[in-house]
Amino acid sequence: MLNKAGRDIPMNLPCLEGREVYQGEFALATNARRAGRPVRATRPGENKVVASIDEAIEKAGLKDGMSISFHHHFRNGDYVMKLVMERIHEKGIKDLTILSSSLAPCHEFLIDYIKDGTVTAIETSGLRDALGKFLSTNPGVLKRPVVIRSHGGRARAVSCGEAHIDVAFLGVPTCDPRGNATGMMGKAACGALGYAMVDAHFADKTVLITDNLVDYVYPYSIPQTDVDYVVEVEAIGDPAGIASGAIGITKNPVQLKIAELAAEFLDQADIIKEGFSFQLGAGGAPLAVAKFIGQKLKEKEVVGGFGVGGATGVLVGMLEDGLIKAIYDTQTFDTTAAASLHDNPNHIEMSASMYADPWTDCMTNYLDVVFLGATEVDVNFNVNCMTDSNGILMGASGGHSDTAAGAKVTVITCPLIRGRLPMIRENVQTVITPGTSVDVIVTERGLAINPNRQDLIEKFKDSNLPIYTIEELQKMAYDRVGKPQDVEVSDKDEDVVAIVEYRDGSIIDVVRKPLL
Amino acid sequence: MKHLVKAATAGFDEKNDVLVTVEPIAAGIEVELTSKVMRQYGEHIKEFITATVKEAGFDGVKVIAADKAAWDYTIKARVLGALERGSK
Repeated sequence: MLNKAGRDIPMNLPCLEGREVYQGEFALATNARRAGRPVRATRPGENKVVASIDEAIEKAGLKDGMSISFHHHFRNGDYVMKLVMERIHEKGIKDLTILSSSLAPCHEFLIDYIKDGTVTAIETSGLRDALGKFLSTNPGVLKRPVVIRSHGGRARAVSCGEAHIDVAFLGVPTCDPRGNATGMMGKAACGALGYAMVDAHFADKTVLITDNLVDYVYPYSIPQTDVDYVVEVEAIGDPAGIASGAIGITKNPVQLKIAELAAEFLDQADIIKEGFSFQLGAGGAPLAVAKFIGQKLKEKEVVGGFGVGGATGVLVGMLEDGLIKAIYDTQTFDTTAAASLHDNPNHIEMSASMYADPWTDCMTNYLDVVFLGATEVDVNFNVNCMTDSNGILMGASGGHSDTAAGAKVTVITCPLIRGRLPMIRENVQTVITPGTSVDVIVTERGLAINPNRQDLIEKFKDSNLPIYTIEELQKMAYDRVGKPQDVEVSDKDEDVVAIVEYRDGSIIDVVRKPLL
Repeated sequence: MKHLVKAATAGFDEKNDVLVTVEPIAAGIEVELTSKVMRQYGEHIKEFITATVKEAGFDGVKVIAADKAAWDYTIKARVLGALERGSK
């Protein structure tokens, strides 16, 4: 069945029973209610701190067939999932669904647990490296295809009970014995805990795992009222993998050229003005855009409104220089930004729901502009940031579609050619963000405005910027490197390896096993 | 028709380059290709290398190309360079 993004969705798949196909960014109405967890009455004298992960697993009542959740605030430095999965494996519990807010290369040990039936389903935002390749090329190794959700889509699914969490195992850098927890302090400090906040609140049972148990925690991101058990362990993460030092602005001339063009576009569109709000992805070009935005704000002597993180030192610098008034932060990317969240009252932590959940009042709806990267785009302005040029799962849906749907202007920055591969395709391999959400695509050789933004096209008709149609940009690449052959994928139903949910839960695409 | 007198190489094992080795064989033009972009450009690159060798007037050549997403002008330059080196 063709959906509104032009994708043929095999609705006969058992895993899609009762699902809707994607019908447009805000097409689906909902009468859902928020989910509720069982009440847990705590008696005087009770102690929530348990001696081991084993004891927490037992007390939480984990059984075959349940869903367990993890967060990805520790990124590639996460120890928690492995600590927990080793104990679960030891206990012989099988047939689990892993509902992680994302998965990093350090989680490739899951391959073994998938092979032995401990893990039989995965729902995530990101998949990379060995695990991504394994799942892309081994359909049927899980009992149903992987579910890919955006950050806002996951918050929505968890909040309304569509994605039910039986037990949440959440690593927290600092915690007290009652379960008040923060990510701002501790050996494994990661800054905001936006994804963990949602899971802690909606899971039937919430287990916190910490390596810094202190008497009292304030301010807390997770309150004791959401917590069932607390476990202290040696280490929950590798600080080097959790947060890099300050992420630098790119020195890559192609990325800089793209950033410069994007910033110039923004300026000529009169978007940089008093109180304007924005989000920048963490890629090289978006961060360089921040620098240009800062310069324009200074030149114009105006103060921006809020910036949304993925907070980085670059964004923090703008806040500290008085160029913007606030940062709203759901996950923190570097150590400078983590320190800022702790120290600066205008650096505000928010949950993934408040960030991007389409079924609540989310911050992405208040964005004037968002800058996002892409692994590839197509002539219909659709964006893929999930599969590579060979059709292998290697990226993340992240907040891409959430911010693109909410922002008044969505700017995609993408090189025209990577290596030899043209990045403007006839059809992207996987649609994560529909073209209707995208307003302009900026490459190092020029930019293309989406024809459905006639207002912008009109505004830029006398501009000195190198503006082309998307087809002209595509041809520029083909003239240089030739037109690539399409990568073939299996058309068999049983070779669907992942389904891609749009943020409202409808199906925007499926990922099929590439024929190698 | 020109012929190689020995095996020779040109190019580097670097991004956007191709390491080309040519070897004399009895007759014909054979191409052995490994490429980062095999699925997107494999057929094209093989044909392009064959055409380049022919155009240069050679026969009895085996071309072994290890491609890291070189563009056509680079591929052509490396093939011609290797042929030249193998001719002396």
